[in-house]
Amino acid sequence: MSNTAVANDHHDDAHHGPAKGLMRWVFTTNHKDIGTLYLVFALFMFIVGGAMAMIIRAELFQPGMQLVDPEFFNQMTTMHALVMIFGAVMPAFVGLANWMVPMMIGAPDMALPRMNNWSFWILPFAFTMLLSTLFMPSGGPAGGWTLYPPLSLQTGNSFAFVIFAIHMMGISSIMGAINIIATILNMRAPGMTLLRMPLFVWTWLITAFLLIAVMPVLAGAVTMLLTDRFFDTSFFNAAGGGDPVMFQHIFWFFGHPEVYIMILPAFGVISEIIPTFARKPLFGYSAMVYATASIAFLSFIVWAHHMFTVGMPLGGELFFMYATMIIAVPTGVKVFNWVSTMWRGSMTFETPMLFALAFVILFTIGGFSGLMLAIVPADFQYHDTYFVVAHFHYVLVTGAIFGIIAGAYYWLPKWTGNMYPERLGKIHFWWSTISVNVLFFPQHYLGLAGMPRRIPDYAVQFADYNMISSIGGFAFGLAQLLFVYIVWKTSRGGKKATAQVWEGAKGLEWTIASPAPYHTFEDPPVIDDSKLAHGDITH
Amino acid sequence: MAHAAPDHSHYYVPHHARWPIVGSFGITALVVGAANMMNGSDFGVYLMYAGIAILVIMLFGWFGQVIRESVQGYYNSQVDTSFRMGMVWFIFSEVMFFAAFFGALFYARALAVPWLGGEGTGAMTNALLWQGYDAVWPTNGPADLGGDFKTVPAFDVPLVNTLILLTSGLTVTMAHWALKKARRRALVLWLAATVALGFYFVYLQIGEYVHAYTELGLTLGSGIYGSTFFMLTGFHGMHVTLGAIMLTVIMLRSAKGHFSDENHFAFEAVAWYWHFVDVVWLGLFLLVYVL
Repeated sequence: MSNTAVANDHHDDAHHGPAKGLMRWVFTTNHKDIGTLYLVFALFMFIVGGAMAMIIRAELFQPGMQLVDPEFFNQMTTMHALVMIFGAVMPAFVGLANWMVPMMIGAPDMALPRMNNWSFWILPFAFTMLLSTLFMPSGGPAGGWTLYPPLSLQTGNSFAFVIFAIHMMGISSIMGAINIIATILNMRAPGMTLLRMPLFVWTWLITAFLLIAVMPVLAGAVTMLLTDRFFDTSFFNAAGGGDPVMFQHIFWFFGHPEVYIMILPAFGVISEIIPTFARKPLFGYSAMVYATASIAFLSFIVWAHHMFTVGMPLGGELFFMYATMIIAVPTGVKVFNWVSTMWRGSMTFETPMLFALAFVILFTIGGFSGLMLAIVPADFQYHDTYFVVAHFHYVLVTGAIFGIIAGAYYWLPKWTGNMYPERLGKIHFWWSTISVNVLFFPQHYLGLAGMPRRIPDYAVQFADYNMISSIGGFAFGLAQLLFVYIVWKTSRGGKKATAQVWEGAKGLEWTIASPAPYHTFEDPPVIDDSKLAHGDITH
Repeated sequence: MAHAAPDHSHYYVPHHARWPIVGSFGITALVVGAANMMNGSDFGVYLMYAGIAILVIMLFGWFGQVIRESVQGYYNSQVDTSFRMGMVWFIFSEVMFFAAFFGALFYARALAVPWLGGEGTGAMTNALLWQGYDAVWPTNGPADLGGDFKTVPAFDVPLVNTLILLTSGLTVTMAHWALKKARRRALVLWLAATVALGFYFVYLQIGEYVHAYTELGLTLGSGIYGSTFFMLTGFHGMHVTLGAIMLTVIMLRSAKGHFSDENHFAFEAVAWYWHFVDVVWLGLFLLVYVL
């Protein structure tokens, strides 16, 4: 072909703006556009997955079968998890990475901009396919998001669609992660050494490594499910010499690092916010980096704690118990360092800081219940009860989601050029934080009392706490509609934000105008040590 | 707009990417077609082929655009480093994909099968369900799924295939050497030898599969042995095929003079991929065929 095709795609005019119309978003290679696409998509999926959670809590409002039939209830618990994990939390963090990482390291864009576009544009197709299974005659997947065989192999016609949707999400995640690693390792401005990078960049570097290491393993696991179902293989069939438990091992070899994929970037966000509003540099920066790396390493050798009750040799139970409890050490380092950062700081409590503080406290509660679950004999009691549900919702909702919301408030002024309405933000914070505890704290008691998870009905002695939990759930769901309103309103206008936005904010992203211009750092910035909040600047 | 000269002081950031969305439609058609085929519908297979066709067009379009930009000199050394990192991490993801299937093989051989035979925690399973199952590898399980089968002997065609792939690793290195010395003719010939060896490997492998299905009684349905054998060697064979196609493209591009002794990332990326496929085969030969 002629050179004109290239010329058309390449505008050397450094100051051109975005294209017009819908095609801007379909063809874009701009990291800010793609970040916005990811974030908007994640918010939409958050509402979709949230609606499913509302159906679950409505059914569990009272004992007895109230609203939906059990099969549909099971589809809701399965889909809620798949949508929230792969559709809301992971894309939201990739969106934050897309927006912030190039601006934080002084790069003109992501390293591989075209692949960046594809990473996002696979997702709407994958989720359209996944959600469409709900409308198939056989219904959607109902065997839990973990897809354990042999139950999951009994799924109807939707099975192959679910497996392929997971394959597509995996391709998207792997390409996104490759792009982030290449960006961080190759695109840093001169002087932005590794140990000067903002902690959000560090946590994403490590998260991207985890993604590339484990998403292919998930692909392998679900491929084996597919061939067991359709092509006569016996990976998970004992009659053929396979083992259904083998699926659980392969799945959780993916699944446990996946848990940290969903929390490490939140650690990064919180590590940006707390120094800003405490007006002190992050305490123990390099310890934070090493703690993050340690958590990532440990995540590969703890997977079987998800399956203590499945029947494992005692030696295995002990190894996985102790390995799991060791994770409390680097996680403790992080929590103490956040608290030490605040120690004698001149603190103010704007909305991002409030969410960050709630994160530190509530995520730690989720961490402690995780420690309880790590103890093998105790886990025999807690396994598959609402205690587990309470645990992972504390780490995922008040952990990951609060981290994302804190980051959204923190960076919205940089993205939109407008300050969000602080008063509404505070209302959103208090409403969310109170209701989320009303929602999930009683579930600890339900679990300890023996209520099983993933069951649409329950014995009457669980009625009171379930009703309280459901009321908390409806209130929390409503609060997030307020969040959607705040984001929409801020994007439309408001008090103009300065470049600095927050008095105590430091780092490259705060040296450029708000809203950030369409192209930033086309010429690498000069790194000014006094403007770096991060890293050991004496080096 | 005037066509500006390549600017090496700046990282090249393309504006507008038209091919990714085509790829999304292609991949969706591919998997929706495949899912419908598996569910027994007639049109599924056509949709699947349409998806593959769209993806092939996408790859031609996308890579073609990148090649044109590369030949015109838009990419500076930093862009080159991004491509290298992308390829290295992509290969790492492929390693982890194979790791899942090797893990299944190890788990079955070291734990699942002995337990079904009554060892360790599986004692009751054996006593209650599968008395008399002697749990010796290779096995198609206590229910004798798929009936009697024989395995492919290692020191037969698989050994030949091992030598073929090792030789192809050598020839691709010779091609690289020729490229570095700017001997285009030698480069193309060594690449042609590599491609030939790659496709000959695939040809022999297909022959082995036919032999297994028609004479050895070894099929995908032959319990855990058949499952791990065909899935591991099958995915490897797909990667060899893909690698050989990629080498063919590189050969054609070499013949057109796309590469210089200094600047030939695409060649190196494909060579890395080829060595990766080679190493996986060595693992397969040892762990699937020999042991």
